[in-house]
Amino acid sequence: MKKTLPAWADVVLIPAINVFLAFFVAGLVVIFIGEDPIRAMQIMINGSLGSSYGFGYTLYYATSFVFTGLAVAVAFHASIFNIGGEGQAGVAGIGVAIVCLSLDQTHWLLTLPLAVIAAAMFGAAWAAIPAYLQAKRGSHIVITTIMFNYIAAALLVYVLNQVFKVPGSMSPESRRFGEGAQIPRLDQMADWIGIELSRSPANISVFLALLAAFGVWVLIWRTRLGYEIRAFGFSDKAAVYAGISPVRIIMITMLISGALAGLMAINTVMGDLRRLNLDSVLGAGFVGIAVALMGRSHPVGVILAALLFGVLYQGGAELAFEIPAIPSQMILTIQALVILFTGSLENMVRFPVERLFLRFNRGRA
Amino acid sequence: MTVVEDNLKGRPEAAPDATAIELTGISKSFGPVQANKDISMKVQRGTIHGIVGENGAGKSTLMSILYGFYKADKGEIRIGGTPTQINNSDDAIRAGIGMVHQHFMLVQPFTVLENVVLGAEDGAMLKPSLAKARTLLTELAREYELEVDPDAVVGDLAVGFQQRVEILKALYRKADILILDEPTGVLTPAEADHLFRILEGLKREGKTIILITHKLREIMAITDTVSVMRQGEMTATVKTADTSPTELAELMVGRKVLLRIEKSPPNIGETLMEIRGLRVRDPDGVERLKGIDLDLKAGEILGVAGVAGNGQSALLEVLGGITAASGGTVTMNGRALDLSAQADAGERRDHGIAHVPEDRHRLGLIMPYSAWENACFGYHDRAEYSSPKGFLRRTFMRDDAREKIEKYDVRPANCDLKASNFSGGNQQKIVIAREIESNPDILLIGQPTRGVDIGAIEFIHNQIVALRDKGKAVLLVSVELEEILALSDRIVVMFDGAISGERLPQDTDENELGLLMAGIDPKEGPQ
Amino acid sequence: MDLAELFQLFDSTMRNATPLLLACLAGLFSERAGIFDIGLEGKMLAAAFASAGVAAWAAAPYVADPFPGQISGLGLGWTAAWLGVMAGIAASMAMALLHGFASITLRGNQLISGVAINFLAAGVTVLVGEALFSMGGQTPQLTGGARFIGLTLPLADTIGAIPVIGPFYRDVLSGQVILVYIALLMVPLTAWILFSTRFGLRLRAVGENPGAVDTAGISVTRQRYAAVLICGVLCGLAGAYLSMGTSAAGFVKDMTAGRGFIALAALIFAKWKPYPALWACLLFGLLEAIGSKYQNVDVGAFVIPVQFMQALPYILTVVILAGFIGKATPPKAGGQPYVKER
Repeated sequence: MKKTLPAWADVVLIPAINVFLAFFVAGLVVIFIGEDPIRAMQIMINGSLGSSYGFGYTLYYATSFVFTGLAVAVAFHASIFNIGGEGQAGVAGIGVAIVCLSLDQTHWLLTLPLAVIAAAMFGAAWAAIPAYLQAKRGSHIVITTIMFNYIAAALLVYVLNQVFKVPGSMSPESRRFGEGAQIPRLDQMADWIGIELSRSPANISVFLALLAAFGVWVLIWRTRLGYEIRAFGFSDKAAVYAGISPVRIIMITMLISGALAGLMAINTVMGDLRRLNLDSVLGAGFVGIAVALMGRSHPVGVILAALLFGVLYQGGAELAFEIPAIPSQMILTIQALVILFTGSLENMVRFPVERLFLRFNRGRA
Repeated sequence: MTVVEDNLKGRPEAAPDATAIELTGISKSFGPVQANKDISMKVQRGTIHGIVGENGAGKSTLMSILYGFYKADKGEIRIGGTPTQINNSDDAIRAGIGMVHQHFMLVQPFTVLENVVLGAEDGAMLKPSLAKARTLLTELAREYELEVDPDAVVGDLAVGFQQRVEILKALYRKADILILDEPTGVLTPAEADHLFRILEGLKREGKTIILITHKLREIMAITDTVSVMRQGEMTATVKTADTSPTELAELMVGRKVLLRIEKSPPNIGETLMEIRGLRVRDPDGVERLKGIDLDLKAGEILGVAGVAGNGQSALLEVLGGITAASGGTVTMNGRALDLSAQADAGERRDHGIAHVPEDRHRLGLIMPYSAWENACFGYHDRAEYSSPKGFLRRTFMRDDAREKIEKYDVRPANCDLKASNFSGGNQQKIVIAREIESNPDILLIGQPTRGVDIGAIEFIHNQIVALRDKGKAVLLVSVELEEILALSDRIVVMFDGAISGERLPQDTDENELGLLMAGIDPKEGPQ
Repeated sequence: MDLAELFQLFDSTMRNATPLLLACLAGLFSERAGIFDIGLEGKMLAAAFASAGVAAWAAAPYVADPFPGQISGLGLGWTAAWLGVMAGIAASMAMALLHGFASITLRGNQLISGVAINFLAAGVTVLVGEALFSMGGQTPQLTGGARFIGLTLPLADTIGAIPVIGPFYRDVLSGQVILVYIALLMVPLTAWILFSTRFGLRLRAVGENPGAVDTAGISVTRQRYAAVLICGVLCGLAGAYLSMGTSAAGFVKDMTAGRGFIALAALIFAKWKPYPALWACLLFGLLEAIGSKYQNVDVGAFVIPVQFMQALPYILTVVILAGFIGKATPPKAGGQPYVKER
């Protein structure tokens, strides 16, 4: 009935304006703290994109965010808000650690696929309970997944202290994985083909993330299941009319979502930390929300948004180092602003833009 | 009771024969759609004025402008002779306008008293307002047959009573002009008659009443004057006594209406579906179906008549596999259907039961999906639409959709357009094409022509008849008696979750069916 | 467990329940008006920071002639704490206004807005805290007039002599900070506003059927903003209590620790009613008290680990949401922006 906006405005223009607004406000915050936002921006861009070292870190962070962003995006397609990526990734770390600790005497080519399976399964399992409660008992999945983040944190502390802790050590962490559980870093892989890169934690998981993004695209737009997920997301009543079981869709979608979130543990636990400790997720699960919103739940958008957040995280770390008055919480703030502007305040831009286009079209007609 | 007098006797300063409302040159558009074009209208005080028109003719928009829901782009409103700006409902109330909306604007968990008082409280505390409302309500009830228990929770009241609460709300706000938007859609004929008595009483007291409806019978029965709207324009305003239903129908539609459908006598075959003692309980524990027995035979259209909300929807949904039954059996070709919560709509389709739902917006279509994605919705797991590995056969889906669009004359003939971008009639054609082309043995079809333009109505009716002529069974649910009478080979009437009577269309008429719809069997036939 | 130990447990129950109760009632106002609010957490956090920061500043000694870079305090006495409360309320209301703007004026997604507010509060509190105090996001330890201390209720010692009831009065009811009593008084006040006033009638109506309110000539927008702002005030009190009324005596980053979400669960458990909300929050308060008092619980066959005890409130929240304890129907128009129908 009413189609006021051309597709490009909907997909590119409005998100771009919103992201710009988010950064503009973030700049104001920097000014309020008494620092120079332009300089801050330069430091961030230099630190994240200016060297192969910095870019490696950017890529490393972006890899995690692609996984968590896809996790949130898949759930969004079913109109489910999975805020539990943080906990799902955390628990997945336990699965990865179990595989790595038991198989690190073998070869990474064996360990990696099994670790991937474990990460996906543990992540999915942690999403399964909130999913079941939503599907069968109508419990608010937003709140239950948040609660499961807290419970996961407690579980992780328990497991690290009671199961994985090296006897005699004080720190709650597992022993370091052996050679057979060390997946190649990007700089190592580049070295194989004779390109020299600085050492950074970016690793083979980058390709896993791209694969996952492609997989999600196929799933959502090319398969029957994706068709059903989207239909359910648009109208649960219509889905029932069409013989699509809400329980099944909620369960499957959340399992996929949890599995995707879980995969980020490959990147962090296996690719960088090479042991399980309390630092395996560090908010990446929450970044996924901003990434999915900004990427409009489309895998390509998610990859772009994840890269942007990679820049933010790597650049933000450099920034906190260069200007200690701007701590890493700046990034959390920007993340909040991105969620705000691309998510809940979206109409602030959309309404005027729609009016503008309407006037323009009328002028032409 | 001076307070009450004050409320009931209209405004003393107005001359007895004055104009209550005068609209001049009202125009309103929503984006590219012009809902009202240069509308002028005059209504005399103390009369009942009808506004008729098809769905989408712009009646509701016009009344919403009068009630301050929308602001007109152009035009002037005069109330009692004075030009009046109506920017919101508050302005309308202050100008003495009261409105009874088609979908009642009531707060379900509140009591009648709380609903009446809401927005018209006397002070910051509730108690005095409630006490005042209680006395006033008693008076109004006596005066106008508007009895309703002031302490009842509105959600527990029957629709007829809820409507009274709406009228009471308007009167409590000292409305002189009462607008009723399709007030009888949810009422039984008896309830409707009661409503008309109330309206007559109000008219005697000098109130002005505007009745919006698409039912010509009501216009003829109760109005003094009538305006006809078509495609956003007001095509005529006449004295009711000087016109006829046929003339009004022509004015509404712009051409002669075919009231009877060309169809041959039915060729009724064997029984396809046997429904025995079917019961359905909704999630709140209310019994929606109280033991239904029905046989559905090949080659017949079985019409289910009834006022909305008497179990027809529950019947369609349980047969369509959307809800579970709480008791009873349904057998099809001798095999029992699974009526438990485990069964789903897909299973029914596999049994050869297709379903055109009553509410295509909520159920029948995914509005943001393109036409080609909608054209196999519900059948998408069949081998022609998706591979065993679970991939969609997109090329086939589009070809198939194009074929359906052509065969059913869906316009615009573009299968990439989103469902929401089609008009109501064309949306319905997509749904009907999908369900009929699945080649079912039984078609369940609810309100096939609700919100559908007149050209599409004929087309849809012909499709239904064609399916029946192929020896299939059709279960037709409609609240439009005309439609039921015109299409059905056999009619059952539902009242309060049960079947209150069965008739053959040639042996009955609207009056008899109307009584059955109120649960009264004039013949006291064998039950 | 003797009686004294039990009362000690009740005492901490009261203290734990207070921020939950204030936040729960805050959510009650918002959700009864049809606005979902999962941003209670963020509003509390912002308020906790603002109140602790302002109170610390207000109580710091006044310097008539500060040297460059030195910031003079206000040198206030007990009023410093109240100034802090005001600041907390203001900060929380600012966030509430943002939520209102997003969900009422712009008709945006209320869940997403709430999530954004939670992150915004978590980020901004530390950013600003670091910029002002350079203490890793913390505020200075509150002392003296900058924090609330327990009030001894009249006749605490006299009544305390009565067996059982006496010590309960003396050790549990008496000796709490004033915000605890304010929170308790909010329960009847909320019930009264909701069910006995015009404002309450309209507020409940707007959460059930905004169309009915609109056609009755009342502004849905104004009514919902009012509810959201009240929610802000109450979250402000909850946050102020966290940083100024507890033993924390200052702001620590992320100090709300999920209380906003637990308050929401309590609200659902209480079926959006004020008095049940009190009992629900006391229950969660008790759980938290048990969790922190008994670290490793030895049940004979095995030891329940401390982490489980700490996770207990979160686990119980899930159990309650799972509806194992009754089914709740939320306000009908909850979460949906109001658009006039065509």
